[in-house]
Amino acid sequence: MMNPEDVQKMLEKAFPGAWVSVEDMTGTGDHFEIVVTSKVFEGKSLIEQHQVVHAALASEMDKRIHAVKIKTRTP
Amino acid sequence: MSNPTIDKIQNEIQSHKVVLFVKGTPQAPQCGFSASTMALFQKMNVPFHSVDIIANPDIRATLPQVSNWPTFPQIFIDGKLVGGCDIVHEMHESGELQKLLKRD
Repeated sequence: MMNPEDVQKMLEKAFPGAWVSVEDMTGTGDHFEIVVTSKVFEGKSLIEQHQVVHAALASEMDKRIHAVKIKTRTP
Repeated sequence: MSNPTIDKIQNEIQSHKVVLFVKGTPQAPQCGFSASTMALFQKMNVPFHSVDIIANPDIRATLPQVSNWPTFPQIFIDGKLVGGCDIVHEMHESGELQKLLKRD
């Protein structure tokens, strides 16, 4: 179980300057809906964009985080 | 590096234009995301080949490392990973999925 704020901090660290929003989907602190808006996604396919977000969370995936729903945007 | 499961995965993704690795079958999906993905392709009248990862635990264990994608379902078009449930729905809404499917 994790606070949405901690997930947000992980992502802000991984994507400096990005706009990040994290919502706890179930109230149980392990399913999050994540929106990341960052320039690093420019020129990447959707799958590549999601892969870099997964990579940023890899240390917690299947541990404190069970599932994420990801949306990526470019500014 | 020779690994029979990786060979099996390669054979599957090269056998059809659209390959879905899902939990369950089109008749009896075992997961809401798998069901919603198969329903999308059925609604679009796009034929697909589905592989039930519950019946194939070796593929379930190996595919995420091969594709660098942690979850199921996984959708492959022309032998390339396109995404999971969210991504194909988003690409369907934007028209990008239809473009990929039209390509010979």
